[in-house]
Amino acid sequence: MAMDKRAQIGARIAQELKDGDYVNLGIGLPTEAANHIPEGVHVIFQSENGMMGVGPSPEPGTEDKDMINAGGGFITALQGASFFDSATSFAIIRGGHLDVTVLGALQVDQEGNLANWMIPGKLIPGMGGAMDLVTGAKKVIVAMEHCDKNGNPKILKKCTLPLTAKGRVSLIITDMAVLELTPQGLVLQEVSEGYTVEDVIKATEAELIIPSHLR
Amino acid sequence: MYKLITAEEAAAMIRPHSRVAIGGFLAVGAPETIIDAIVACGTKDLHIIVIASDWEKRGIGKLVVNHQVKSAQVSHMGTNKEIQAQMNSGEMAIEIVPQGTLMERVRAFGAGLGGVLTPTGLGTVVADGKQLINVDGKDYILETAIPSDFAIIRAWKADKAGNLIYRKTARNSNPIMAMAGKTTIVEVDEIVEIGELDPEQIVTPGVFVNYILLSKEA
Repeated sequence: MAMDKRAQIGARIAQELKDGDYVNLGIGLPTEAANHIPEGVHVIFQSENGMMGVGPSPEPGTEDKDMINAGGGFITALQGASFFDSATSFAIIRGGHLDVTVLGALQVDQEGNLANWMIPGKLIPGMGGAMDLVTGAKKVIVAMEHCDKNGNPKILKKCTLPLTAKGRVSLIITDMAVLELTPQGLVLQEVSEGYTVEDVIKATEAELIIPSHLR
Repeated sequence: MYKLITAEEAAAMIRPHSRVAIGGFLAVGAPETIIDAIVACGTKDLHIIVIASDWEKRGIGKLVVNHQVKSAQVSHMGTNKEIQAQMNSGEMAIEIVPQGTLMERVRAFGAGLGGVLTPTGLGTVVADGKQLINVDGKDYILETAIPSDFAIIRAWKADKAGNLIYRKTARNSNPIMAMAGKTTIVEVDEIVEIGELDPEQIVTPGVFVNYILLSKEA
């Protein structure tokens, strides 16, 4: 994905994070959000391998072999950080103590179902911590490109890949739009600059509710 | 009370078909010295219980590449093509377990519990064939304890009572695996005198530790 698209999605995720939130960012695109936290907003980042208070990447040459995030990248610790074992880390995650988790998706559907851990017969990396994160976090945000590499919709009526969790997604942020899961259905809340409502409808298989402010 | 041994002696204890819980996360905090000794021994048909499959040349990846692992319970394999290839060819039997569930199932065995109830995996293939239990109106999956014969783990320092502390994110699954081994073998950077570690800061009490050896990485 182009850097400007990544930055745009990262900046939009960051708007969802409030001062004092405990947040877990998934590997890849979601981590972009950490670069866009507004000044004056203090967010505490968890890494599920056992740390709260994750800081930025270290300067080259100052890496510590025992300081990695869940993606294997080197990290630093901010003041006030803590280290803990994996069971405690997942007590935080599963027990509802995280305010927000942001993850990528292979597919997401209009019922808030998420599929992001395997493609049968092709790719079986395993879910790692994703099922626990999506099950336990207070707010689950999916951040991804609106369509797959071949231009096919990833926001569907019903996921066809094995699910990560059922009905847990509350917000979808893509390069084209921001969509919110509501009891009434999937609501198109924002359309990115350069796109129209029609563009988003065409690129989405799911049924969309178009609110009056976008009509 | 623990006994000081060599990595070779540790590796010799582990037999074909042993169930081995191994600490580490993407090889950070992995007991590399013990893993290297098991690779040198060549013991086959192991069952391993690990968070992730690590890398081909680091952590438990080395055991997989050397075809010593027959089956595994693991949450993530995305960094190791060899384990995926052995799974696809049928050489390895793999149960993929959500990471938090894996930790609780291992911890349950160490803590004398038969299992745990978790919402993680409801409505997914993870729940297939498992008993659901309703508590106060909410469904949970009954996930049973994962037994292990050996836990091999990595700590930063041990004192001569076997008490352990860990370093930064190298702690990860190590304290959990340490509780779960019928026999727990610990690789440490340093062994210090009793009194040098503050009892308030001990993470793993020495009662869980059977054997200690010094890391070759230290």
